[in-house]
Amino acid sequence: MSEKKERHDFTGGPLCLSGRNVTKAFGLGDRKTVAVDHVDFDFHEGEFVSIVGESGSGKTTLSKMLLGLLNPTEGEILFEGKVRDISTARKKREYWKGIQAIFQDPFSSFNVFHKIDSVLLDCINMRGGRNLSQEEKVRLMTEACSFVNLKFAELTNKYPFELSGGQMQRLMIARIFLLKPRILLADEPTSMVDACSRATILDMLLDLRDETGMTIIFITHDIGLAYYISDTVYIMEHGRFVESGKADEVILHPKAAYTKRLISDVPKIHEEWDLSTVDLLAKEE
Amino acid sequence: MKNTLRQVFHSSKFLTGFLIFAAILLTMWIYPLFNPGNPLEMIGVGTFAQPGTYFSLYDAATTRTETLRLPDADEKRITNLVSDADRAAMIEWFGLMEIDVSEVDATDIDALLDLWLEHYDPSVKIKGMTQARRNFFKRLDKNLRQIRAADTLLVMHQEEEELVEKARITKTDYVNVSDVANVKRLPLGTDNFGRDVLKELVSATGTSIVIGLIAGTVATLIGLTLGLLAGYVGGLADDIIMFITNIFTVIPGFVLLILISYSIGQDQRGASVVAIVIGLTSWTWTARSVRSQVISLRNRDHVNLSKLSGHSLFRIILTDILPYIASYVVMAFILQVSSGILAEAQLSLLGLGPKTTVTPTLGLMMNWAMLYSAHTNGSWWAYFPVILTITLISFSLNLMNTGLDQVFNPTLRD
Repeated sequence: MSEKKERHDFTGGPLCLSGRNVTKAFGLGDRKTVAVDHVDFDFHEGEFVSIVGESGSGKTTLSKMLLGLLNPTEGEILFEGKVRDISTARKKREYWKGIQAIFQDPFSSFNVFHKIDSVLLDCINMRGGRNLSQEEKVRLMTEACSFVNLKFAELTNKYPFELSGGQMQRLMIARIFLLKPRILLADEPTSMVDACSRATILDMLLDLRDETGMTIIFITHDIGLAYYISDTVYIMEHGRFVESGKADEVILHPKAAYTKRLISDVPKIHEEWDLSTVDLLAKEE
Repeated sequence: MKNTLRQVFHSSKFLTGFLIFAAILLTMWIYPLFNPGNPLEMIGVGTFAQPGTYFSLYDAATTRTETLRLPDADEKRITNLVSDADRAAMIEWFGLMEIDVSEVDATDIDALLDLWLEHYDPSVKIKGMTQARRNFFKRLDKNLRQIRAADTLLVMHQEEEELVEKARITKTDYVNVSDVANVKRLPLGTDNFGRDVLKELVSATGTSIVIGLIAGTVATLIGLTLGLLAGYVGGLADDIIMFITNIFTVIPGFVLLILISYSIGQDQRGASVVAIVIGLTSWTWTARSVRSQVISLRNRDHVNLSKLSGHSLFRIILTDILPYIASYVVMAFILQVSSGILAEAQLSLLGLGPKTTVTPTLGLMMNWAMLYSAHTNGSWWAYFPVILTITLISFSLNLMNTGLDQVFNPTLRD
């Protein structure tokens, strides 16, 4: 993780997912809590976006709305330039061919009653591979597993809970590799795995983006991680984006006080990662 | 699956409950093989024959005899024939006659009898004794002298005008019970209609367990379906289902059960109808608890992943929700079976159970025992074994439930 990866500029590129005034409120009256408060965003094709914020800032609610698991109370989400329509089960299924997710906790992401084979077979079926021959299906699954450095022969007939957390999270990436969605939403995929697996998983996500050109929306509380990995960064506080832009600009020249605080909270690991050189005293807009 | 079963059978509570229940089931299966026939057949004319072995006196008189000289035979016979009241009366007479009985042990009936035969004189008039009391002592003396008489019983058979000697029974004649043509063993006696209680009980236990199983299945199916729908779909469906559930919860289930049973009418109420009625009034508890379990599962990541994989609502409920609450549903089912059996017993005791004279149930047996005052005339065998069986069934089912709870809910393990 020492070398800084090459960044791309997507400004003006084709839009993949955008939001206008997206709002989600829970409860009514006195007990109303606004989790996501009128946010706008534009995610471009092939972009690696990070959404950074503390717990409780509304990241997960936003991700669930992007996935279509929650309906926004206000505002609209545009998918590939058009207002997204997920009113029926069929339309939802169609939408989920374009957007997929990796969840935070690998241990609760899998149905413990289903074998690994069936998890991967589901993905092949969803991509329209229901009629493929058995050999072809096994070939696809083996390919997906080797992409994430797992051996399919060792996994077949095993249950997800027989794997380690890191292996499970890699299996999730293999799933994405098979599905090849346009957008991948990764909700803190590395927060529950050990440090070694974390680097591997991040590199796999980058490889996946480079290979398929999918948009990756990476949700994290770790601004250092976001700086390392992303092209674009959105900083979220209390349901609002307080700052957004190219990763270098936002993190090396933060304007919002909240961003500065997040940066000052990052522990120093290596001089290259010493973000104290960042101008924390720059004037807030 | 295999490991889960092993774990379940390692729980001592579950194992105890399972063994008791299995023993009851085995008895239900094996006993009719030895004692086949209609359990409601009236084998006796009288009511409430005591538990024991009955053999025909008529047949015994004509059965080939063996001569046995048992040293304590006389003593046993006398003890059996002289009641405690007789004994008290003898001692009272000795007291009035001022005869010293201090040397004789009051429990030694033989010595007491010797003393009586030596001293009793019907002509002696005791001052202040009424004629009725004097006659009482005369009758007592007659009875006591018969006991000591070394006589032989003659069994006579009437042919036309004269009596022909059929058999001669002496005190040392014994017959082997297995040689007697007609012997009936009634370990639990007979009930008010002269029916074999044990046979009836075995048959009734089977019917009651079937009623419990049907009621439990109906209640669990309704409760599970409504709970899954309310919990997983949520929104308006949840509101409507919970509204109905709350209405059923607020109306006391047993009152509803009584009203439904009453309105169906005695003729229509078979065992299975009663079972279904019980099931239809007891699902609310299952629905509520399944719903709360499903709500906690609904937002789990694996359910979200299944949604993202494009699975249908039905498939998600069936494969991602149901397996996670399966152990809980099994436990709820066991409790429903247990309460179904109890509900049938309660209904039948009130006379609202299955129609009589078709199949016996545990509740009906208690109803009959109560109607014919078994509890006031001391015929414990007509109701106590039934109560014991109901208790054992509920006890074993509840033990199994607690055992399962401890296996599947580690915080309860001791």
